[in-house]
Amino acid sequence: MSEKDKIWSIVFSGVGGQGVILITEITALAAVKNGYDVKQTEVHGVSQRGGSVETQVRFGKRVWSPMVTPGNADAVVGLEVLEGLRSAHYAEAETGVILLNEHKIVPASVENAEQMYPSNSAELLIQKGYQVIQLSATKIAHELGDGRMANVVMIGRLSTLLPIPQEIWSDTLKKRIPLKYLDPNLKAFEAGRAAVTA
Amino acid sequence: MKRELILGNHAIARGAWEAGVNFASGYPGTPSTEILEALARYPEVDSQWSANEKVAFEEGMGAAIGGLRVLVTMKHVGLNVAADPFMVFPYAGTVGGFLLVSADDPGMHSSQNEQDNRYLARMAKVPVLEPSTAQECKDYVKLGLEISEQFNTPVMLRTTTRLAHHKGLVTFGERHEVPRIEQDLDPRQFSVPIYRRILRPTVEQRLKDLESFAETTELNQIENSGSTTGVVTNGIAYQYVKEILPDADVLRLGMTFPLPAKILRDFCNIHEQVYVIEEGEPFIEDFIRSLGIDNIVGKELFGVIGEYSPGRLGSALGLFELPPDLTKEMTLMPRPPMFCIGCGHRTVFSALRQLRVTVAGDIGCYTMGALPPYEASHTTFNMGASIGTAFGLERAGKERVVAVIGDSTFVHAGIPALIDAVYNGSKITLIILDNSTTGMTGGQPHPASGKALSGKDAPTLDLEGLCLAVGVEHVVKVDTWDRKAVNNALREAIAYKGPSVVITQGPCQRLPEMKRRSLTPYFIDESLCTQCDACFKVWCPAITRTENNFPVINPQECTACTVCAQVCPTEAIYPFEPNYVQI
Ligand SMILES: Cc1ncc(C[n+]2csc(CCOP(=O)(O)OP(=O)(O)O)c2C)c(N)n1
Repeated sequence: MSEKDKIWSIVFSGVGGQGVILITEITALAAVKNGYDVKQTEVHGVSQRGGSVETQVRFGKRVWSPMVTPGNADAVVGLEVLEGLRSAHYAEAETGVILLNEHKIVPASVENAEQMYPSNSAELLIQKGYQVIQLSATKIAHELGDGRMANVVMIGRLSTLLPIPQEIWSDTLKKRIPLKYLDPNLKAFEAGRAAVTA
Repeated sequence: MKRELILGNHAIARGAWEAGVNFASGYPGTPSTEILEALARYPEVDSQWSANEKVAFEEGMGAAIGGLRVLVTMKHVGLNVAADPFMVFPYAGTVGGFLLVSADDPGMHSSQNEQDNRYLARMAKVPVLEPSTAQECKDYVKLGLEISEQFNTPVMLRTTTRLAHHKGLVTFGERHEVPRIEQDLDPRQFSVPIYRRILRPTVEQRLKDLESFAETTELNQIENSGSTTGVVTNGIAYQYVKEILPDADVLRLGMTFPLPAKILRDFCNIHEQVYVIEEGEPFIEDFIRSLGIDNIVGKELFGVIGEYSPGRLGSALGLFELPPDLTKEMTLMPRPPMFCIGCGHRTVFSALRQLRVTVAGDIGCYTMGALPPYEASHTTFNMGASIGTAFGLERAGKERVVAVIGDSTFVHAGIPALIDAVYNGSKITLIILDNSTTGMTGGQPHPASGKALSGKDAPTLDLEGLCLAVGVEHVVKVDTWDRKAVNNALREAIAYKGPSVVITQGPCQRLPEMKRRSLTPYFIDESLCTQCDACFKVWCPAITRTENNFPVINPQECTACTVCAQVCPTEAIYPFEPNYVQI
């Protein structure tokens, strides 16, 4: 497939309440604004109650399926370590990137969750041959005033990997985020863009 | 024309508005809920949440025979509740267009079963349309209403979770007002039980007419590129087929009942092999086989259970191999959903766990009371089943049986069961979790919440008065965040000699008014804390541990529900004010 017919596939994952859907929408809207055909999946209903949340965006000249095939994603964005691991197999083996927020949320309704929580996750993924970019997005967001903006830090970093110009991202953020919260979120996005790979 | 990236469900709402729908009713249920929520934003359409799906259907039926264009929405199991009018309405037939949106949930993302409602439509002899894209979600609403008016029949628009909850680009149109159709209500048409024998043949004749229509309608489309392989598909699966088999010939069925026998026969004849790719049950496949055609491959390759995806279909066809899912390889634990921080349901299940009673649960957020750490709800079937199940368990010899039901579910299907429990001399205790909303589906108002779908105030059903009126003598209301009060109320009610009701009150934390309110978060004073861990036992996710092993409350997440403070033996937990001095 030629570069101009390429379809971009991105998978987002996290825990209900982390704002997975918001950044999925922002990415999809930015792609629309840039003239692409776009499809997107969302989850509604029970999983939003603190469960695993996974969404997908695909854009390109002509997109059929909204669903990404495992092994085909250009990027997997994990807002939380366990959930990032859960979605990791979507990444394309050689060229795909896994963006991992180094943030743990231990499932509250699983027994011994603390002990069972995976360690060395990034190393394991690297061993498997995946390209991994780790980010302390929650920490960065916290320093900017609110850890909950970690999601926006993460798409800041994601934006550097996608063929969508910076102005379109900021325009989309301005459209989608309430004025009251806009300024810190624009800063969070910038911080993500500037984040040095750990 | 405006083109926007919108949800399949929002496209359906837009389609209803453009097609001149005047009245819309439904009951919330994933994956159908967003349709009426979006439609409520259009003032031209009279949209409402009804008490349950049966009522919603009947209201829509009345409006349609009164000559209006009508949309009725519900999730797949909702149609079980509305099956009674659904099966009878086709005898009389409709006057104004009547479109039922039935949203199936393959994969059970948010449901208690997988159920393919095309069978119910076939049983009712009602035509079924199945859009494949977000654009078609919009366009098929108008087409469905036109078919409804042309053939005087209710029509089902069947969607599935991915279709309803995916976004695609949709081109908008204008609204076309459709004048109300005037027709006298002739008892010979609309009194079905008495005139049923006259009406019965019309159903068969209509079905024949629809079968001919299916052979010519543009809803069914063939894309021929001269391949020897053919694919028969429908719904969202069409998008997956186009993705993984771009060169195959495709017969895409936009109308899946009645099916076009001639088109299917011809298509299968000219292809060496035909794949039938339909999510759910082998509805199309069985029909093709019934025509004596056997060069088809379907469920034996792709499976009946769960959701389809391009990955699943492609690997079944041997087109590619899927990389291993790390869930198994790394034994990643699951992350089931759970009660929100500050959820009023928590205290009830803590108390039930302590009381070690038999609990018949119901459908709502409180279904999660069956999960660890509470594990205090023993059965869940369908909406409203808690009360009848508790009654039966009591008859089977269980003592101290409790039914737990949410306010929306109680209104939906609990009231007749409570009347029955009183009438037949039960001693069960019913807990009504009154959080002023339909929480599980994202917070829709209902008759006991005091609000309407429009956001305006509405008459509020008095739950306590209702329980007293049906003959329950012991009815108590408590503040759900008062642990002691909840415990005591439950103990007393369970010990009561007759049937009893405890109504636990406290709004859902997800309601906008709760999220918006200003509050002072609680905080743990390390100088008073003895690390006894009592506060951890209220299982609040906002409480975690510091490096020095002290409990700590995340102030951004705390809802000031006070439950942790109530259990602290040293009063080390109190509202955090910068200059707070404890007295
Ligand atoms: C027949 C039927 N209709 C709709 C649904 C979708 N649904 C699941 S739970 C629920 C109601 C939840 O509200 P409530 O009982 O008030 O409990 P809450 O979630 O607020 O605790 C609904 C409508 C369903 N499962 N079955």
